[in-house]
Amino acid sequence: MRRPTPRLVALVAVVLVVTAGVGWYVVRAAGSQRHQVASAPSVASTDLASALAAPHVVFRSTLPGPQYGQVAVVPLAAPAGPRAFADAACDRLYTVGTTTSCLRIVRGVATRYETDVLDSSWRTTATWPLPGIPSRSRISPDGSLVATTAFVTGHSYAQVGFSTETTIHKADGTDLGSLEDYALTVDGKPYTASDRNFWGVSFVDDDTFYATGASQSANATWLLKGSVSARTLTAFRSGGECPSISPDRAHLAYKKVVRTDAGQKVWAYAVLTLATGTETLYDVTAGCDDQIEWLDDTTILYGMARADEPGTTDVWSLDISTPGAKPKVFIPGAWSPAVVR
Amino acid sequence: MRVSSVVVALGFVSLLTDISSEAVSAVLPLFITGALGMSTLTYGFVDGLMQGATALVRVVGGWASDRGDHPKWVAFLGYGVSALTRAGLLLASGFLAITALVAVDRVGKGMRTAPRDAMIAASSDPRTLGRSFGVHRTFDTVGAALGPLAAFVVLWAIPNGYRTVFVISFGCAVLGLAVLGLMVPDLRPRRAAWLERHRVREERGLPKCKGCTCDLTALAPGGKQSFSWRFLTEPGVRRLMGVAGLLALLTVGDGFVYLSLQTRDGFASKWFPLLYVGTNAAYMCLATPMGRLADRIGRAKVFVASHVALLGAYLCAAVVGGGTASTVATLALLGLFYAGTDGVLSALAGRLAGPAVRGSAIGTAQGVVAGSRMCASWLFGLAWFTLGRSPAMLLVAGLLAVAVPVAWRTLRPLDARLRTQAAA
Repeated sequence: MRRPTPRLVALVAVVLVVTAGVGWYVVRAAGSQRHQVASAPSVASTDLASALAAPHVVFRSTLPGPQYGQVAVVPLAAPAGPRAFADAACDRLYTVGTTTSCLRIVRGVATRYETDVLDSSWRTTATWPLPGIPSRSRISPDGSLVATTAFVTGHSYAQVGFSTETTIHKADGTDLGSLEDYALTVDGKPYTASDRNFWGVSFVDDDTFYATGASQSANATWLLKGSVSARTLTAFRSGGECPSISPDRAHLAYKKVVRTDAGQKVWAYAVLTLATGTETLYDVTAGCDDQIEWLDDTTILYGMARADEPGTTDVWSLDISTPGAKPKVFIPGAWSPAVVR
Repeated sequence: MRVSSVVVALGFVSLLTDISSEAVSAVLPLFITGALGMSTLTYGFVDGLMQGATALVRVVGGWASDRGDHPKWVAFLGYGVSALTRAGLLLASGFLAITALVAVDRVGKGMRTAPRDAMIAASSDPRTLGRSFGVHRTFDTVGAALGPLAAFVVLWAIPNGYRTVFVISFGCAVLGLAVLGLMVPDLRPRRAAWLERHRVREERGLPKCKGCTCDLTALAPGGKQSFSWRFLTEPGVRRLMGVAGLLALLTVGDGFVYLSLQTRDGFASKWFPLLYVGTNAAYMCLATPMGRLADRIGRAKVFVASHVALLGAYLCAAVVGGGTASTVATLALLGLFYAGTDGVLSALAGRLAGPAVRGSAIGTAQGVVAGSRMCASWLFGLAWFTLGRSPAMLLVAGLLAVAVPVAWRTLRPLDARLRTQAAA
């Protein structure tokens, strides 16, 4: 028998050390995962039917534990109280009446993404694929249209670019197309640069909607007003993203870049009074990054990640009618709120 | 399969490194938006400049491997840089840091490719060089398939186990580095070539010695070995670079092909994130057979003819109202295209240039292709929007149909030349 060369011995040693090290880490990580699940405090829960009977908020629960990521409901009267869990799990959701759009990540050897439309008993009535990670979703007030925004991610190692794709579907799953195929008008002229990007739809009715558009080459971001039937988009203001129309249609809330920290954009919320065109910026919301939901005509809701607990988020509320008001935690351990009256 | 042990060792290095990189790239978007809670990426692009820079790094990597005549250590540096970025991922917590790490990783990837291919060329029988590259690319794509699979298994067992994926990825990168460092010999292609050409002691600039044998190949050359870029002006090399550049200008990114499948086909739409897996599977199965075919009938022929497969893929993707069958055919054709071009181009460039400039020739060919493809994606993006999806695809297909016969006529003499070279 030949004696193994020193190089081979060294290689075997490296293989053993690396395998042992990685193996130890994996076993430890799996162990602490089991421990976390087992020791997670059980989330106080209530009866779903009674929560749905009164005005309520539907959201994604992000409290640690077995129900992480599940759809939950709290009555508007006691948002921070016990929540009722629905039999559905979504990464981003929106509800109008009894229709819910549920954007989910379907984990697999290659991860897939899809939108499910759920009915009052959380059964899927329509489903269509998304081209990337769920980002935003809205449903028109009459429940007939569903808008979704997804990050389209590069799938080869050579591409790490992100762009967004925003589409509008009928609630029955009929595809009404991507906003990229709509005619965009900026400053009265058709805008056709190929790097147009759209995200964050907010419906006014079953035809008119607000959205965000941007073009890297023009180095511009616009707030847009669109029409589903005419397939048009018109820029009316620059520098706002993810618009959200108030219930009384008097205000438009959106996020706006206020500064750049270490190359990373910092947003804060702004509210535009549509009648006068005056914009009020709320600096207290700096660091936010969500599409606003209106609790009522004077209170906005938005999700924020907890800095010290990755994966856990809270929904905050801010009274915009009182100058100097501070944001308050509205629902702890929640994401993607939808107010259902 | 009789390929050199160096090729097999380099294959394992690539396999481990690809497990490492593909496992990370499979989970990176989820990690950034999910675990880091940063949906701040509403919109963003990594600079096109970055891709241009990696094209340049490929050339530099080839040059450095020729210049120092230690391709192994240039490749080692490239693999090492990438391994370090994996360690960095364990510490990174900001989007900017992660983007920077991905960029650095790409620089490492660009740097190592040419010296690695030069080593494959140096350690293989010229007559079966295509097969050697094919075998290496097969290992490579197997790794690319195993990576996402490993990541999936980890995330299935540990839902937020992104760091576990990074640790495994780092481990695989270190193993790849160890195999390269310990199992791959420090080939000196230029020195070997010089000694081959200067067999007599006198020619080697050594003092006369009575009774010494004159074909001591291990004897270090006394003379100076100079490196020159002049090889680029040789007609054969010039032709290859020109044709490779031209064809690459008509090679739009796979992403566009997938998008155009997605817009017209429910099957492609449902399995959108899996489409590249299909292409990779075809590439994996066909890399070695295509390499062998290239050895038998001519590498230039196979290289050019593979673009007919690309043309077929464009047509399949542009045909409105195709179904599952045309989607599968598109993916298979794309895989065939990669199997017939990637390794084959390195084999061509590596054989066409002398051993002293082999790394630079391979690096330049790959740099030209990478740069041209970047331009192609950019130009096609414009056409995509101004003409529409299918017309843009048909336009490129039309241009390719014109370019392929031209390329065929231009490159055909190279096969005959390589054949006489190999016979000599």
